[in-house]
Order: sequence, then structure tokens, then C-alpha cells
Amino acid sequence: MINSSLKTLAQMLANKEISSVELTQTFLNRIDAYNPVINAYIALDHEKTLAQAKAADVRIAAGNATPLTGIPIAQKDIFCAEGWKTTCGSKMLENFIAPYDAHVITQFDHAGAVNLGKTNMDEFAMGSSNETSYFGGVKNPWDFTRVPGGSSGGSAAAVAARLCAAATGTDTGGSIRQPASLCGFTGLKPTYGVVSRYGMIAFASSLDQAGPMAKSAEDCALMMNVMAGFDERDSTSLNRDKEDYTRELYNSNPNKPLQGLRVGLPKEFFADGLDAGVATVIEDAIAEYKKLGAEIVEISLPNTGLSIPVYYVLAPAEASSNLSRYDGVRYGHRASEYTDLMDMYCKSRAEGFGAEVKRRILIGTYVLSAGYYDAYYLKAQQIRRLIAQDFEVAFKKCDVIMGPAAPSTAFKAGEKVDDPVAMYLQDIYTISTNLAGLPGMSVPAGFATSADGKPLPVGLQIIGNYFDEARMLNVAHQYQQVTDWHAQAPTLDKPEGNA
Amino acid sequence: MEWEVVIGLETHTQLRTNTKIFSGASTTYGAEPNTQACEVSIALPGVLPVLNKEAVNCAIQFGLAVNAEIAPRSVFARKNYFYPDLPKGYQISQYELPVVGKGAVTIQVPAVGKNAAYEKVINITRAHLEEDAGKSVHGAVEGMSGIDLNRAGTPLLEIVTEPDMRSAAEAVAYAKKLHELVQWIGICDGNMQEGSFRCDVNVSVRPKGTEKLGTRREIKNLNSFKFMQQAIEYETRWQIETLEDGGTIQQATVLFNPDTGETRAMRSKEEANDYRYFPDPDLLPLAITEADKARVAAQMPELPEAMKLRFETQFGLTSYDAASLTASRELAQYFVETVDAGADAKPAANWVMGAISAKLNAEEKTLAASPVSAVNLASLLKRIADNTISNNAAKQVFEAMWNGEGEVDAIIDAKGLKQVSDTGAIEAIIDEVLAANAAMVEEFKAGKEKAFNALVGQAMKASKGKANPAQVNEVLKKKLGA
Repeated sequence: MINSSLKTLAQMLANKEISSVELTQTFLNRIDAYNPVINAYIALDHEKTLAQAKAADVRIAAGNATPLTGIPIAQKDIFCAEGWKTTCGSKMLENFIAPYDAHVITQFDHAGAVNLGKTNMDEFAMGSSNETSYFGGVKNPWDFTRVPGGSSGGSAAAVAARLCAAATGTDTGGSIRQPASLCGFTGLKPTYGVVSRYGMIAFASSLDQAGPMAKSAEDCALMMNVMAGFDERDSTSLNRDKEDYTRELYNSNPNKPLQGLRVGLPKEFFADGLDAGVATVIEDAIAEYKKLGAEIVEISLPNTGLSIPVYYVLAPAEASSNLSRYDGVRYGHRASEYTDLMDMYCKSRAEGFGAEVKRRILIGTYVLSAGYYDAYYLKAQQIRRLIAQDFEVAFKKCDVIMGPAAPSTAFKAGEKVDDPVAMYLQDIYTISTNLAGLPGMSVPAGFATSADGKPLPVGLQIIGNYFDEARMLNVAHQYQQVTDWHAQAPTLDKPEGNA
Repeated sequence: MEWEVVIGLETHTQLRTNTKIFSGASTTYGAEPNTQACEVSIALPGVLPVLNKEAVNCAIQFGLAVNAEIAPRSVFARKNYFYPDLPKGYQISQYELPVVGKGAVTIQVPAVGKNAAYEKVINITRAHLEEDAGKSVHGAVEGMSGIDLNRAGTPLLEIVTEPDMRSAAEAVAYAKKLHELVQWIGICDGNMQEGSFRCDVNVSVRPKGTEKLGTRREIKNLNSFKFMQQAIEYETRWQIETLEDGGTIQQATVLFNPDTGETRAMRSKEEANDYRYFPDPDLLPLAITEADKARVAAQMPELPEAMKLRFETQFGLTSYDAASLTASRELAQYFVETVDAGADAKPAANWVMGAISAKLNAEEKTLAASPVSAVNLASLLKRIADNTISNNAAKQVFEAMWNGEGEVDAIIDAKGLKQVSDTGAIEAIIDEVLAANAAMVEEFKAGKEKAFNALVGQAMKASKGKANPAQVNEVLKKKLGA
């Protein structure tokens, strides 16, 4: 059951083979058993969760269930959820109980889904290993000595360890796709503006986008049907007709389902810096796509190399301003002793923020300062447009772009914490899509063996054109019909006690 | 050396929208602290701004009213600084691309001493939309400072002029003109006590005849015209004295203390914040189309300049009278209603600017509180026009109306002020006067023109002031064969 697809679970619920309360309790039992080790969840409230499950059972009995009614979902702790502690992985918000619901939370509530709890994450979504969380790192379920990736590391571990049916994440530079690659499941970052950011704690507003993290492309499509849609409370939310993200999944030619699909391979994604084991897995996946009827086109994204420097100007600039509200005045951490207002600001923020957050606030403050703005912020905005233009040109030659989602498999905890630049390079293949506002996915494509002999998951990245999520989901889905990488789950060491 | 003062103004006008500029919270003044502070007003994690279209309409109206360029695309920017009453740690404002560009207003500078009144054009540099901050409340709780975020997010239009003014009188005339204009078009309630209209004044001095601007000091947050006048005069004297004593002026922000009548520096430029402006990624650029402008223009009232010209051409009023009547929308409205109720325009103008304004000033009343309505005034003027009463009698009637003694005709009857217009009765009076004043008649016939006026006076006296003076003149002329 814990490995079942969302569709199967919905059928079981509809057929009364299981109740939402039973299903939810199954996941809660697993969480109680494994979370003390994995640390995927940072806020749990069984009472609240089971109340939702009960309400879902009533709704199912009344016959007005949606495809996600009664399904237990893990929510990244970046989404405000009324009555839930919402920390964003920071000491700053350690005791902050959100008084309102984020749009995404409301959407799941309306669908009748069950909120299993809030998942661990890098502090304010700044990180690629979940090690910047104030609440401690998260273990990669495939190897507890390794990181799950980040920033949506808790959601990633929860999906991989089957501590939820599916989860939400957010992706500013790769925070859904890189952990999806490192933990071996399917994750989608939609086109910027498709999912409302209302109530989602801001890191870099022009790049942040929420998306699903789940066991398959089909599950992601069902999650998207709930998460996506216009919201007038977010001025950057796009006012488009509601769409069914599953619509392309079930009507392909069974023999050559992807006949005629033009797959672009950017040569920059296969250059230096890509782990050899990862490269082999990606090449095998491409070969599989050829069998499905895809046609391979070599493309170039010449400004890709600039995406990390551009990102590390723009994202910190926005973050330095977005995080100014955490000043100890109205809510959040306030230093216990201070001499005056300035001292209160300084101490509260010095104590409330971790090192990576401070680093980015400093960078952001610097690049926006008088005398530096033109050379950094403005120049970065210009290059951002060039990066978007690269994709525009590329999509004249191909329908989707493929490559690795991350340059390596999961690395050891502690390995990169003292080397921020090495950490930043984890997002080298994902950041450019955020800068361009394009949708991107990571799909399990196999395993590469680590130096210490562990098979670790590798994700294939699929980048689509604006609003092409339905097609991308089908491209992934067809691959998942002929491979079973996505269905593989780690064998967890039996925890002490019972599960 | 002769000095010249150079003045520019930045005015924050609070826009009269029901809700805040980026949220649905109410903007009503005077509520209990923090009862009008929604999750956006207090900047909870995750909240986002949504632009209030009504605030944009106000900006368009202002742009149209000062003949300004209205930007087809303007951009909201974040002005970053820490302050307890600034909940996000940044203010959403407009920086490089404001919604309203260059425009102009014409001011009437009143006569002072032997200097005659004159008109001057003041150029508007720009006007931009932004949100107001909250308020810090000191001392409400012993030894503590409180924050009231009711005002946080109230829409403001900041209107910036070129350094075009050359005296405190010009600056005050501009501020008054702007104050009236924003109320005229209905975008601001103009309440200076409640902070709806606040001026920052940039003042510098330079030797007369030179071009280069002196270093300026900015007087912050002036909320009365009187204080503005005093502050500028003090600041100008201070700067001139400082320079004449061999000192230099440091760029600074200063506050005016009404108790001492002095300005004092708050912070110097070295301590000034670097606001790190950048475009707000939570808001799309503001697009305003020609159609938007046309839609707003169609709902705008006739503007004072247009109304002034209309009064000149339609009613034959002098430029001065037309300008005075259009100094406020209330006054202009009252004048138009008086004319619409059947009064002739010129006497209506004279009475509105004369008797009515004098009474209102003396009693510190607004037109809305005038005991004599436009319709009342029109009936009074009609009785002058149809010769029922003389101008002198009309003054008595007006006084009585003002004191609530009743309608025009009833007062005329009660006071017996109806003038005699019966030719027979007037002839009889004149015959008596001529008979009784033979000497004057002789003087007139001998060529003494003045004697005629004396005879008119006698006739008026004999009628106890009720005879129609024009008729008296006419009959007397006939009888004297003049």
C-alpha cells in the first residue's frame, strides 16, 4: 500500500478497501518509526491529521470525493498552514504558528487531502543538502550517511522512504529537482506563475515556484491538478484556464508513444563537471527514449555557464529584501537582551538566522548597494534575459530538453558544508530554467555506484517550454511505462521498536 | 550681497480609497490601533501585495489634472530600510519609472505689501504611487513604544516639483493650490491634521543672478501652511546668515519646531540610508492604456483652469474674479448654483466673493455650513434685479437671512424694505422736494452739477430710502429739463 500510486489509493478508498483514517495511520506509524532517524518532518500533529482523515472518510462516503480526497500528503514547511507551526527551517520562526493558509494548502484542503505534517528544509530554502536547516539535517533514505539534496530535503526523504503518499516542494534554483534526483523519485517545477505563491514564504520571489514531489509522473499530474490555478492574491499568478495535467497520459500510440518527439540535448549539460556514473545513466535513458520514438537533436544553451553567477546575484538580492521583515518586532525570534532598537535588530537577526542565510543577505545587500547595483544586479538581469533567449532559440529545434538534473549522486553529509561554491554547483543544470521561468522535471533514470559501493539514484531532467507541463508529464510517464526506476524504493533498516 | 531662495516641494497626498494600496484592509482614520492591519499590513511570512486599481485611477486623475505625461508602463520598486513601523523592512514605492511624469500647475501668488499679485507656472517633475508606513506610538504604555499599523499600506501619491519657487509666499501658494486641486478632483480629503496632505520642502539659497543651485536642506513633514511659511522664512534666514558668516551648508534633513519657530537638523547626508531600490518582483509593471486614461477622464469633474476660462467667456467675468471663484470647488459650485437658480452672473460673483466670503471668514465657517444657500442668494439677487429692493436694502435682507430670520420676500415685507417704483408716487415726492429746495434748483440751472446729486439725495431721504434711485434720477432729469 505504501508503494501504491495515488490512483490506486483513490480506488481503494472509493471501494472501501481501506479508509483514509487507516491509510493515514499507516503513514503516521511509519513516520513515528523512521522520522526520529530520517528527520524528514519537523512538525507533526496526529490529532489534526487524523481529524482531516475522518472528514475525508465522511466526504468519500457522501460520494463527492476528488482524486486526492483522503490521500495523506506531506507539506514543505515553507507553506503557511493555519494552526501549524510554520518555521521555514529557521530558528527565526521556531515558534511561529501561521494564522492563515497558503493558497497551496487551501487547494489541498478543498480537494480533501490530508496534511500529514510539515517537512524539513534548508533554512528559508537556501541550500542544496538540507544541512542549513535549524532543525538538523535529513538522511537520504538510500544511504543514511548521505544528504537528500535540498532545499526540499524533508519532502524528498518522505517520498523516497514512503513516509507519505506524495509531497509538496518549492524550487527556486533546483530545490525540487535536485533532491528528486538524489532520492530517486519524480518531481516537477512548473512554469513560473502556474502555482500561486500566496502564503509560501518567499526566498527569491521572481524564481520561487511550488510543485509536486511524488512516486511517478502520473502522481505528479494528479498533484498538479490540485496545486495549479489562478489566484488573484498573487500578482504574478497567471490567469489561464484550469487544465487537466493528466490529459496527455493515456492516449498515446502504445508501440511508439513518443513518435516524432524532438528531444534536445544541450551540449553544455554534458561537459566537464558531470559525474561519469551519472552521464552513463542519462545516456541510457536517452537511448530508451529513442526506442519510444523520440528523435534526438543536439542543441546549445551558450549562456548556461553564467546561470550560477547570475542566480547568486539575483536570488540573494531578492532574499535580502524578503527577509527584512524578520526583525524581531512583530513576530519571530527576538533577542532576550538588547540595549536599543538597533541592538535588538542586530541581535535578533544574528541569533535567528543561520550562516548560509546571513551569507546570502550580505551578498544581496551588497549587490543592491549604491555604486554596485548597475555592475551586479542590472547586469545579472540582462544576462537573465539572454539565458531565456537561449531556451527560446532551442525550443525552435526541439520539443523538450533532456539532461542530468544534478551533476552527481547524493553526497556525504558534511562533505560540502564548508565549501559554499561546491554546494552551489549542485544546481548547475537546474538554475537556468528558474531564471527563464520554464518548467522542469526530474525523473528516476537508474543508479550509479558510489566510491563506497552504494547504488545511488540518478535523475533525468526534462525541461519543457512555457506551460508544457502536460506534455512533459506524458514524456516522463511513457518512460515510466517501460522502465521501473521510479518504482524502486530504498530498503530501510528496521528501526528499533515496531513499525 | 543679495540672495535668492530656491524652493522645491515633495508632497505626500493620502489617496481617498476605501482599502489599502496593496491589500483589502480598510483605510478609515482613527480606528483602535492595529484593528485595520490584515496579514499583508503586518507583513506575515508569505503574504503578497495586490495593487488597488482605485489608487491607480487617482494617480491617472492627478496626471490629467496637471497636464502630465502618464506613463504607459511604470514600475513598483522596493525602498529598503529598517524601522519598527515599516513592517516588511521595505516600502513599496516607485523609483525610476513613476506613474506620472512632467506636468505643471499655475499658481496665484497674492499681493504682499507693495508687491502686486501675480501668476506663476510651477513645473511638476513627477508623481508616484507608494504605501504609507505605520506609526510608532510612544508612551501609551509606560516606558514602552508601541506600533500601530492601521496606516501601514495606505495609498500615497508623492508629488514632486522642480525647484521653481523663489519665496515662502510662492511655496505656500503652490501648496494651497495643490491642496485645493487634489480635493477638487476628489483624490484626497486634504485633512492636514490627520496627515492626509504632508509637505517636505527643499530649501537652498544662492547669490541672486547666479545659476548654480546652493546645497539644499529638506524640511520634513510640514502639516500646516502657516508652519510652512514660518519654516521656510526661518530656514532661508538661517542659510543666508550661515553663508554670510563664512560657513557652509551641509545637505541635511531638518525638522521645524512650531514652538520655537526654528528648524533643526535630524540627520546629515553622511548618515543617510542607502535604500537599495530595486523593482519589486511581487508586482508586475503597471500598464496604463489610452483607453484607461479616457475612461478616467470621462469621470473627472471640470478642472479649475477650464472652469475659470469658461467663467470669463460665458459670464464675462474678469480673470481675477474667475480665478477667485475657482480657488475651490465648493466656492465655484456655489457660484454656479446661484447662477443656475436665476441670478445674474456678475452680481452673483460679487456677492459670493464679497458678502458670503466675508461672513464665512468672520465666522470661520465652510460653505457647506453657510446659513444662506445658493438658492437663497439667488432669490435675493433677483429682488435687486427686478427693482423690488435697492442694493442697500439687500444688505439688510442678507444680514437677516444669515441670522435665520426667514425667506427673502418675507424679510422684505417684515422690514418694509420694498422700494417705491410707482412713477406717480415718485413724481409727487420730487415735486415736494423741488418746491422745498428752490435754491438748489437755481444752482443746478446755473450750471452746478453737484446740485443735482443733492436733489437726488433729498428725494431719497424724503422716500425714507425706498424710492428706486434710477427712477428718481430719471424723473428729476425730466422735471429739470436736464
